[in-house]
Amino acid sequence: MANFFRRLILIVCSMLLMAGAQAEDSFVLASTTSTEQSGLFSYLLPLFTAKTGIQVKVVALGTGQALDTGRRGDADVLLVHDRVAEDKFIADGWGVERRNVMYNDFVVVGPKADPAKIKSAKDAVEVFKKLSTALFVSRGDKSGTHAAELRFWKEAAIDPKLNTSYKEAGSGMGPTLNMAAAMGAYTLTDRGTWLAFKNRQDLEILYAGDRRLFNAYGVMLVNPAKYPHIKKELGMRFIDWLTAAEGQAAIAGYKINGEQLFFPDAH
Amino acid sequence: MLNTILDAFALLAHLDSGVLAIVLLSLKVSLSAVLLGALLGLPLGAWVAVADFRGKAVFTVLLSGMMGMPTVVLGVIVYLLLSRSGPLGELGLLFTPSAMILAQTLLVAPLIAALTKQVVEDVWRDYATELRAFRYTPWQSMLTLLYDCRYSLIVAVLAGLGRAISEVGAVMIIGGNINGFTRVMSTAIALETAKGDLPLSIALGLVLISMVLGLNALAYGLRQWAMYKFG
Repeated sequence: MANFFRRLILIVCSMLLMAGAQAEDSFVLASTTSTEQSGLFSYLLPLFTAKTGIQVKVVALGTGQALDTGRRGDADVLLVHDRVAEDKFIADGWGVERRNVMYNDFVVVGPKADPAKIKSAKDAVEVFKKLSTALFVSRGDKSGTHAAELRFWKEAAIDPKLNTSYKEAGSGMGPTLNMAAAMGAYTLTDRGTWLAFKNRQDLEILYAGDRRLFNAYGVMLVNPAKYPHIKKELGMRFIDWLTAAEGQAAIAGYKINGEQLFFPDAH
Repeated sequence: MLNTILDAFALLAHLDSGVLAIVLLSLKVSLSAVLLGALLGLPLGAWVAVADFRGKAVFTVLLSGMMGMPTVVLGVIVYLLLSRSGPLGELGLLFTPSAMILAQTLLVAPLIAALTKQVVEDVWRDYATELRAFRYTPWQSMLTLLYDCRYSLIVAVLAGLGRAISEVGAVMIIGGNINGFTRVMSTAIALETAKGDLPLSIALGLVLISMVLGLNALAYGLRQWAMYKFG
């Protein structure tokens, strides 16, 4: 009996170790669903890997979750979009070497018929005022897009919780768009995910262009002083590449149907 | 709806090597988990069926209750264990296939154990007097019964496989759905659905269903063959 269990434990250990064998030169990048679901990473990362031989393992989460993952030491590099939360992350000592990378913009999408008439709004504040009673699907997941949306409601002096047609999806950008499409609802999305999104049904862009809808992405290294296992060297090579001419040009080169999704912003 | 499904079938012809790698990883992770889960669950279930111990009723309820454990909850628990700031963080297993195998093993072992217990218990009722007359220890009775029920127990193992290969909650959290490294069929389908590419997710779903059917057919065939050959 003891023999049997000894053998069992041996098998278990060797299986776990076997599966654990992995490439040496790799690090974990926690990022947002918008960068993954817009297809940017599947375009960008092979270029970096071809140049350096370093594998980037992307875990796509909301910005809030990505920062949490960094705080727990489970990612080496973060690429997120919520400047307020990023600055707090750095100030609290969890991250170092924060740099601007790129931006795109948020757009408000909704049913073609535009029942809330936001097309004619003169700025984003008016858009959100007009949406105060409209059917609206919110990310509701503490992502960067969710944080931005809450900021816009605040600027418009609207409390969305008072709107009985305000739904919190509690999920990523894609599922939220799926839900808005099915319900014929308005929602706020980053342009990248929208352009790559295929199940649009009756939705279209109804408002875009206000400077307030500017959506900036920052990259940073999780503080190696907090977690000694952080792959500082590999992570910094990625951060340097991404913010130098080559990475910036690659970002500008990513297009869907001829439309550029992200705009370099490192300098 | 119909168009989406037709598109899905058209896509099947174009599935590339990337998809093949995902299929292979799915099989590797879930088959390993089922193997480990069976090694733990079969003896555990048979032991619970045969042995008399204090708190057996409570343990039985806990075991069958674990069959309904939400995969996401298990995923979060394993995540907290394996996280760098968790007790097993030193191992650096989070976001690796090993961690996914570990999580799925914890998911299927109780399921296999609970089903095994049920199967073995029924047979134990018929054999108890006999085996006691032979003065078999519980351990010997257990092995004898497991051997006698081996064909019925295939169902328990297949149920474990079905749970492992189809679950998305635990592998998404533990593996992180990393392209080319921890992306499996179920998380790939979740990602394509998120991107609104419904035909592609159905195409991947068809592949997953075919895999599960194939494995079940294989198990059925093996069972028939073994029963014919060895009685």
